[in-house]
Amino acid sequence: MVPLECYIGLSAIIFMIGVAGFLIRRNIIIMLMSIELMLNAVNISLVAFSHYLQDLRGQVFVFFIITVAAAEAAIGLAILVSLFKNKAAVHTDEITEMKG
Amino acid sequence: MLPVIFFIYFAVAMTALSILIITRKNPVHSVLWMLAMFFHIAALYLFLNAEFLAAVQLILYAGAILVLFLFVIMMLNLREELSIERFIDEWPIGVALAVSILLLIYFTLAKFVQGPLGQYSIEAVKSETHTKALGKVLYTDYLFPFEIASLVLLIAIVGAIVLAKKRS
Repeated sequence: MVPLECYIGLSAIIFMIGVAGFLIRRNIIIMLMSIELMLNAVNISLVAFSHYLQDLRGQVFVFFIITVAAAEAAIGLAILVSLFKNKAAVHTDEITEMKG
Repeated sequence: MLPVIFFIYFAVAMTALSILIITRKNPVHSVLWMLAMFFHIAALYLFLNAEFLAAVQLILYAGAILVLFLFVIMMLNLREELSIERFIDEWPIGVALAVSILLLIYFTLAKFVQGPLGQYSIEAVKSETHTKALGKVLYTDYLFPFEIASLVLLIAIVGAIVLAKKRS
């Protein structure tokens, strides 16, 4: 039997890779995919907790996270499409309107 | 012994796939590696006796969200992507921040104390079937959050249409 800590460790590593991808990439599409990666890492840890603590509440939370992830992807990509229509840019360093 | 071998395979493969996702130059390649990643996550859910969630993971993530990503990449036609530098100039700072978050989680994990077990043991879930047990919890204890989730989806539908439509 694999101990619970291994699953949490795996989830932490995937979360870290997601954070790194969000921080270091220029492309907004890849940044959105990194957010999906982070949400999936949290889902893995919730399902592992649910299995090892013998409680289904963790898996119910996974449902809600998947719902929010779907909504976030739809809205994020819609923002991306309208940004591309206005500026023809999908790189973070070309979007400098808020810079003082 | 066999579960340990399976887990080691999944850990190594998922770490490698995540690194591939965030480092590929072409976004289409990233999406395809993400597809492989989602299949591995679904298999890990099966491994943790969450078969309904494994099916939802494949249908919703691999079937819906990734297709959405592919459609947007197709619409935007990112030819210049292949010639531009893919990481920002300050990338070591980003990696250092991510590693510090990982260390923080590991130090927290050392203090982890397992709580009391719940009532849904593997045998109890097996006798009731997983989908039925999950549905019971979702539609009784979590009915109100479930309704709020439907509202979140409605806002996402309306918001996506409003943001992406042509200005008149």
